[in-house]
Amino acid sequence: MNEVDRSIINHMQEGFPVCERPFAILAEQLNLEEKELMQRVQALLDDGTLSRFGPLYNIEMLGGVYCLVAMQIPEHDLEKVIETVNSYPEVAHNYERTHELNVWFVLAAETESQLEGLLTDIEKQTGYPTFAMPKLDEYFVRLKFDA
Amino acid sequence: MEPALNINGLDEVEYQLIASIQNGLPITARPYAEVSNKLGVSEEEVVERISSLIKRGVFKRFGIVVRHHELGYRENAMVVWDIADKDVQTMGNKIKTYPFITLCYRRPRQLPEWRYNLFCMIHGKSRDEVTQLLQEMISENDWCDMPHEVLFSKRRFKQCAANYISQPGIKT
Repeated sequence: MNEVDRSIINHMQEGFPVCERPFAILAEQLNLEEKELMQRVQALLDDGTLSRFGPLYNIEMLGGVYCLVAMQIPEHDLEKVIETVNSYPEVAHNYERTHELNVWFVLAAETESQLEGLLTDIEKQTGYPTFAMPKLDEYFVRLKFDA
Repeated sequence: MEPALNINGLDEVEYQLIASIQNGLPITARPYAEVSNKLGVSEEEVVERISSLIKRGVFKRFGIVVRHHELGYRENAMVVWDIADKDVQTMGNKIKTYPFITLCYRRPRQLPEWRYNLFCMIHGKSRDEVTQLLQEMISENDWCDMPHEVLFSKRRFKQCAANYISQPGIKT
């Protein structure tokens, strides 16, 4: 990643123009050609630096729910359980962490009842209990990382 | 399951618009025109509706989402605290003033297995850096006696946006 990519990333985390020719507008601000900007954004998506290009929505405003879920999975079953959990499109993030509760992921669902159904299903498919830790209060969430 | 419409004032076009771009905008010179063709509305309408969704806060942000790991933020630690319920908000508001904190939430305890009710996340370039930042915060506030644990990330199995909006009438 070079300086141009860094400035693209820092700029585009602030927003993306909503108008007829958004890449042209942004390219002008960045002193690039429209085509080059599009190619670079595509390349950053392809190489995995960006996880997406588009909206980051406020799921609660869409009536949906997010829930952090933890599981305690012994090493010998870890790969199998991870594969099962990750196969759900509703699973957004999934990390192994340094704790007895070692698997932590985020579930997204349209409704509370759908979320409960998913948790029950995951427990059934994996054979392990889930610990649901929904957000009760939000004090802070950062939306931007300096590239 | 059919999604409930008219949630928070979203109409059907908006719902379909959100569903159609939830995996991303097309990278072309006129991305909104391409989206509008799929939805059978005008480019102008797509532009207006997206602007409105941003203004109303349905979209927290419109642009890109980075993978922090790929930007060099290789460590993320979830720091969890067991704080008296009456003190949680004050502490959460203090924690969020630190620039290295990326997230701070109150969550339910799961007794007896899990006693912690305040969660914050620290992203850093190394485990040492994260530990040092945390220690600074703890000593500056005299939080040494606050029961807490640090859960470092060991492996990332998945990082993507979740799909949860079903797409009525739209083939993906």
